[in-house]
Amino acid sequence: MEEKEHQNDTALLEALEAHGHLEPGELAVMLGREPAEVEAALERLRSDNVIVGQRILINWEKAGRDRVVALIAVNLTPERDVGFDKVAQRIARFPQVRSVHLMSGTYDLSVVVEGKSLQEVASFVAAKLAPIDQVTQTTTHFILKTYKEDGLLLEEADEDPRLGVTP
Amino acid sequence: MSLESRVIRSDEAGERFVAPTVAEVPPSGIRRFFDLASQMEEVISLGVGEPDFATPWHIRDAAIYSVERGYTTYTPNAGLPELREAVARYLTRERGVEFRGEQVLITVGVSEGIDLALRAVLRPRERVLIPEPSFVSYAPGTTFAGGTPVGIPLRAEQRFQLTEADLRAAAATGRTRAILLASPNNPTGSVLGRASLEAVARVAREQDLLVIVDEIYAELVYDGPFESLVALPGMKERTVLLGGFSKAFAMTGWRVGYAVAPPAVLAAMLKIHQYTVMCAPTPAQVAALEALRNGREERQRMLREYDRRRRLVVHRLEEMGLDCHLPGGAFYAFPSIASTGLSSEEFTERLLRQEKVAVVPGSAFGPSGEGYVRISYAAGLPQLEEALRRIRRFVTS
Repeated sequence: MEEKEHQNDTALLEALEAHGHLEPGELAVMLGREPAEVEAALERLRSDNVIVGQRILINWEKAGRDRVVALIAVNLTPERDVGFDKVAQRIARFPQVRSVHLMSGTYDLSVVVEGKSLQEVASFVAAKLAPIDQVTQTTTHFILKTYKEDGLLLEEADEDPRLGVTP
Repeated sequence: MSLESRVIRSDEAGERFVAPTVAEVPPSGIRRFFDLASQMEEVISLGVGEPDFATPWHIRDAAIYSVERGYTTYTPNAGLPELREAVARYLTRERGVEFRGEQVLITVGVSEGIDLALRAVLRPRERVLIPEPSFVSYAPGTTFAGGTPVGIPLRAEQRFQLTEADLRAAAATGRTRAILLASPNNPTGSVLGRASLEAVARVAREQDLLVIVDEIYAELVYDGPFESLVALPGMKERTVLLGGFSKAFAMTGWRVGYAVAPPAVLAAMLKIHQYTVMCAPTPAQVAALEALRNGREERQRMLREYDRRRRLVVHRLEEMGLDCHLPGGAFYAFPSIASTGLSSEEFTERLLRQEKVAVVPGSAFGPSGEGYVRISYAAGLPQLEEALRRIRRFVTS
């Protein structure tokens, strides 16, 4: 039973990831399940924070908004009992921070920061990030161009090369 | 101006040189419709018989890399030995019948495989039984090979399954050499069930017929495991199994498929193959090998997406009052349009002109396809949803 539920959840999540705009009723049709059942599953997955949110991916460069994004490698001193979690969560709360990952390798946190200008990002690092007690070192890498984000290619969509009608 | 659209005098066109067998085969029912659709703009096409996905990148990458390294020469006539081995292992695993690499011939798509099989076995005017609606090339291919195609009409009430009675009736008269069929079927999406498979096997064994089975859509089967005719007792010895990479791995343009057949038949097919095409394109064979080795995950991902679309399309068609069985395989819905009172061609042409949605008239796949249209759900979901909205508007207006 649990195995079945897990399979159903996986299928639902995959459909949702591919077609986030669909209503529960439509998802139910596509998965061959009852609408009420799918709605209940969606509610459970949301309250369990398995479904975290839903967002639109925008190519801001193309939209003409000035924006600077930097990947900052952060070295930390771990804290007793909580390791890196507490400071990572603290860093994550800044609205300028788009993502935070704990890394294996030569640094501890990968922090992606967004700002309107080079100066804005630099001052965030200098004034907010570097002064945090546990932060021992930061290395800022400015992102020059984005080719793919969240699994989506940002280049122009190719036209459908298929012939209009084929057997 | 294209050659076709200019009016040319028949002596200038050289009509007298064309062999009657070829001249007498009517042009594809899809062709006229294609011309019509391609003259219009903003058409959403659900008339396409190939995946909307591009070939998975790892497959394209493998082919590019092989070209960079200079693998640009012929392969052996029967195909790259590694690919033949890989196909044999794949079929042994998936069909549950033991095959070896030397029993596999790599072809230029299943289309070449069909031509080879027919030319390898047919004596003049021998009959080939073709359950239809069927893929458009079966009957013309039979004619080109000197045979006589005999359609066996399938009916929607039987979910387009082949019945033993119909098969026996067709096989009873004249000189019948072979049965040529597809499972899953294009255009109906039907997968031959146990009863149909056993009927084919029984009749074929009793009357000593060869069965040519087109399994190009075998990997696109949604409800339960795929059952192949070749796995039935006594069938491996009388079956030409044709398969390929086009649909499952989204590789239509690469033109690569395979055939397995009883040794003498395969040798005959190889003889024709070596004198006509030499070998399948080498980069395409390398790509196919990569698909078999590492393509399973992507293939399953595409299958799951087709499955979701399949249910949505059939649900919407039923909602708007078009009867449609849930197809077990391929990526086509085949609804009845009887409730509209239109013929397949009228429906298709008016839908195209009024709503700019292209689907294919069922009659293009044989007379028993009349009263149906083929709707391909190999299209992105936004296009599919918009097209279905337009079809609804058309049907309910």
